[in-house]
Amino acid sequence: MELYQENKKLRPRRIPITLSVIALFLIGIVSAFSDDVSHSADVDAGTGFKEDSLKSVIAFKKVYEVLQSPRCMNCHPKGDIPLQGDQNKLHAMFPKRGADGKGILTMKCANCHQTENTVGLKTPPGSPEWHLPPANMKMVFQGRSPHELAKQLVDPKQNGNKDLKALIAHADDGLVKWGWNPGEGRTLPPISHAEFKEAWITWLTKGAYAPGK
Amino acid sequence: MNTIRINEKEYAVNIDKEMPLLWFLRDHVGLTGTKYGCGVAQCGACVVHLDGEAVRSCVTKIKRAVGKRVTTIEGLSEHGDHPLQLAWKDVDVPQCGYCHAGQIMSAAVLLRELPDPTDQDIDDAMTGNICRCGTYSRIRKAIHRAAELQKQKI
Repeated sequence: MELYQENKKLRPRRIPITLSVIALFLIGIVSAFSDDVSHSADVDAGTGFKEDSLKSVIAFKKVYEVLQSPRCMNCHPKGDIPLQGDQNKLHAMFPKRGADGKGILTMKCANCHQTENTVGLKTPPGSPEWHLPPANMKMVFQGRSPHELAKQLVDPKQNGNKDLKALIAHADDGLVKWGWNPGEGRTLPPISHAEFKEAWITWLTKGAYAPGK
Repeated sequence: MNTIRINEKEYAVNIDKEMPLLWFLRDHVGLTGTKYGCGVAQCGACVVHLDGEAVRSCVTKIKRAVGKRVTTIEGLSEHGDHPLQLAWKDVDVPQCGYCHAGQIMSAAVLLRELPDPTDQDIDDAMTGNICRCGTYSRIRKAIHRAAELQKQKI
């Protein structure tokens, strides 16, 4: 009986404690999706788009899967040698990036890669302006976590000085679109270019939120 | 008219522009010094210069070469006395010799860009030229020798 009384006395105090716990829980959920969310001010300034961290982060999941596919990642290596194949092996002959990303000396990309895919299996793929990112801005995809890659993609100091408009337009870049026309024997990214473009634009226009670390 | 300037001579191109440049050089112009190796830009036997770049002629279509200058091993020097050709003889580089037109054409671009290349420069530049006889150490030696000859010539 005495115990019951004591419990009763405690009850009014439990309500604010419970509310606090719920509030902390909700804050935790939000920050899990948008930890340091840190969408770049350079990207969203004055765009007029309505931000939505959840939609943005969900869209980025699709974007990330595409960017980690061999067709994208093989030319965004962490080293200075491009990658090849679905296992992301170092490119045969070990051609080097070079200052402009177009190779060096006798080993320029365009010495083998034409402006279009060469017909047949195991032949050089091609597209106009075939190249890696330049040495002074390597735009590495390989080994980047979703959080790291999202932050990198919207940082003009790491994304080729692109603002929101340029980033959106980049979805239709010739070399990006080559990923869905990679030539015989090469796997495609996990979703269509149209789906990728939609996810890319959603991610960017909803605030370019980075997933949690 | 579509033409290609090959070894300082103009050639009319009246054939399918999708044809690889290598076939045009060998079968239509009769310049057979450039060799067919793999056909997929993996070995370097077919390297020629297209506006000074060491392209692989087996995957370079004629349409890319129209209106441009092509140099083959036959046109590298007038009398076979390019420093690389002299050095190749001095060092006695080839074994079977099949890949060496491509080797020399690649090395010529290297020496033009880096007149005094290091071993690393040579490795970086020649990594795309395969020699199944394994003459790589002599190739490297000959490129250093050619660099010396080139300096003496200047």
